[in-house]
Amino acid sequence: MLLNIKNLHVAINGKEILKGLNLQVNEGEIHAIMGPNGTGKSTLAAAITGREGYEITKGEIIYKGQVINDWTADKRANEGVFLSFQYPVEIPGVSMTNFMRTALNAKREYLGKPQMKAGEFLKLMEEKKKLVEITAKLTNRSVNEGFSGGEKKKNEIFQMAMLEPTLAILDETDSGLDIDALKVVAKGVNELKSNENAFVVITHYQRLLDYIVPDFVHVMYGGRIVKSGGKGLALELEDQGYEWVKEKFGEE
Amino acid sequence: MEDKLSQNKILEDVTGSDYKYGFVSDIENDAAPMGLTEDTIRFISKKKEEPEWLLEFRLKAYRHWLTMEEPDWALIDYPAINYQDIIYYSAPKKKKELAGLDEVDPELLDTFNKLGIPLEEQKILAGVAVDAVIDSVSVKTTFKETLSKHGIIFSSFSDAVKDHPELVKKYLASIVPYTDNYFAALNSAVFSDGSFVYIPKGVRCPIELSTYFRINAANTGQFERTLIVADDDSYVSYLEGCTAPMRDENQLHAAIVEIIVMDNAEVKYSTVQNWYPGNKEGKGGVYNFVTKRAACKGVNSKVSWTQVETGSAITWKYPGCVLMGDNSVGEFYSVAVTNNYQQADTGTKMIHIGKNTKSTIISKGISAGKSNNSYRGLVRVSKKAEGTRNFSQCDSLLLGDKCGAHTFPYIQTSNDSAIVEHEATTSKISEDQLFYCLQRGIDAEKAIGLIVNGYAKEVLNKLPMEFAVEARKLLEITLEGSVG
Ligand SMILES: Nc1ncnc2c1ncn2[C@@H]1O[C@H](COP(=O)(O)OP(=O)(O)OP(=O)(O)O)[C@@H](O)[C@H]1O
Ligand SMILES: [Mg+2]
Repeated sequence: MLLNIKNLHVAINGKEILKGLNLQVNEGEIHAIMGPNGTGKSTLAAAITGREGYEITKGEIIYKGQVINDWTADKRANEGVFLSFQYPVEIPGVSMTNFMRTALNAKREYLGKPQMKAGEFLKLMEEKKKLVEITAKLTNRSVNEGFSGGEKKKNEIFQMAMLEPTLAILDETDSGLDIDALKVVAKGVNELKSNENAFVVITHYQRLLDYIVPDFVHVMYGGRIVKSGGKGLALELEDQGYEWVKEKFGEE
Repeated sequence: MEDKLSQNKILEDVTGSDYKYGFVSDIENDAAPMGLTEDTIRFISKKKEEPEWLLEFRLKAYRHWLTMEEPDWALIDYPAINYQDIIYYSAPKKKKELAGLDEVDPELLDTFNKLGIPLEEQKILAGVAVDAVIDSVSVKTTFKETLSKHGIIFSSFSDAVKDHPELVKKYLASIVPYTDNYFAALNSAVFSDGSFVYIPKGVRCPIELSTYFRINAANTGQFERTLIVADDDSYVSYLEGCTAPMRDENQLHAAIVEIIVMDNAEVKYSTVQNWYPGNKEGKGGVYNFVTKRAACKGVNSKVSWTQVETGSAITWKYPGCVLMGDNSVGEFYSVAVTNNYQQADTGTKMIHIGKNTKSTIISKGISAGKSNNSYRGLVRVSKKAEGTRNFSQCDSLLLGDKCGAHTFPYIQTSNDSAIVEHEATTSKISEDQLFYCLQRGIDAEKAIGLIVNGYAKEVLNKLPMEFAVEARKLLEITLEGSVG
């Protein structure tokens, strides 16, 4: 099993947001997580990726058989955990190329591999840029600076393609995308998908799941996963909304 | 190593038993006795075999200095300096003259290696003329021939006094008179050595001129003096960088740089300042009180100051431009980083006198630890300066919440046609940016380096290529341990 989350409780500033969440993800699987606003989906992503301020008060995150509760965020990243951010941040003055090279070489250093040669790196960039259909203009600019909403999301997928993670979490990568961009994102995921890696896709829309077909769909509510099922569950949610969830599990 | 031992021995000899017998005029001595009197000045001047007029200049400066008070308006705080507790002159023995760069102090070379730019490689790759000033006396000058072919003078200040006294006499203290300020007066009295540059009419200096300074002997103040003259239609890019090894005692450094720019001439002056900043507890470190000023005397003349300030316990430095010639241009690009207990009060003065003069100020302050970082700038437009333009941008970046950033922009305009714009921002390194980097596998220290370098990019880009690389590394090294 790639990821095993057991009875996870996470608090921010002493306020409990995740309240006993369980999730199991095997290699080769795609999981979709859906649920109303403010139920803790991004909090889960932050907890898995080791963001500071997200305190695990109870439970375990087991990744590749190891409890990673205490691992730093960069260690998790270098071990293959990737997050496509819901709100990618701008880093003025740092070119995408420089940023990606630093990231890639940090991972290689962590794995005890030699630094990638400049030529090899540029070739890899070209290849991956084509995959996600982003232009040279974007990679010459500073990280996310002045990127449109859609460009930022595509840029996340570009980085994912470059870093080839084992566990990729996509937090609303589809939000704000036009249909063509959505297809690009899906293409990025489908090309990377293998028997050795897994995807956790957080989304509000069933539409994305037409392109990235999930093996499991989970409904999150009140800091817990309250229902899991197959692809059909997403359609059901699209149809009926979350009223029934709220009725069944109570208004928070 | 041996060098240092013998120097320490000399210092001990001088500061120990001999001192109670008063002034030691023994010419074999390589260090002045501790303290500052007219005799100290005579010793220095004699040691350097200076002409009478220069000794007179020093003495006048000294007598004036005695009437002055140490300034206290800057936002810096340090224990009182005992000016009698300093050795004002020391020189390595003559026999130590170096045959090649490989004979330069290994500690110095090591620092360059850490910065990724070995001195030798830099020399070869970039064709940089290197004039390494180690402990007050020039020990190595290269590329002299290339330069002399163009009639360019680039030498130690002492040599210039001997070889080109008329030029030195004409321009010395013409921009920074000894009456200018307390530290300028002190420097004028006791300056040890430095560089002299003269670019003749119509000559574009074909190589970047570079000088490396460092402090070496304990208790030895450094009083460098640099004079750059760019005659009509000439151009030069001058680089100055300094690194100092770990040192436990405070060291006083009071330099003067004067630049004179004639009609249609341009001077680019770049510095990377990396004096020992003291340890993590704020103990030790260099006190750096510097007066740098350029006069754009000619029409269409131009001066750019680019500085990367990472070192020193105390930095007090305001490179300025006096824009006298019509259409002259002054620029100031600065990155000042402070960490731990460092204090920096730095900025610029742009004095607009000629018509249609333009100035640009870009200042990027970065504070970490418990440090204090202030920008202090003056833009003055005189009555006759029609059509003046100034743009200032002063940004501060805070790492952590125990450090301080301050901005003191002074604007004085006596001409209504002047357009003076000032922008200032203060930001914190955002937790979002940091996490974004961490999530991509970049550790916190590298991430800070990356973000800070991005923030300072506008200024770093103004540095000559090979210097920019060194400066970027320096920013990262300086901020090591500032997160945690
Ligand atoms: N830094 C914080 N301090 C306090 N509360 C927070 C903080 N961050 C998130 N929360 C709260 O935690 C809850 C879960 O937020 P989270 O961002 O995980 O929701 P989400 O499911 O991703 O919502 P959305 O669908 O809108 O993206 C919300 O009530 C939110 O207000
Ligand atoms: Mg969210």
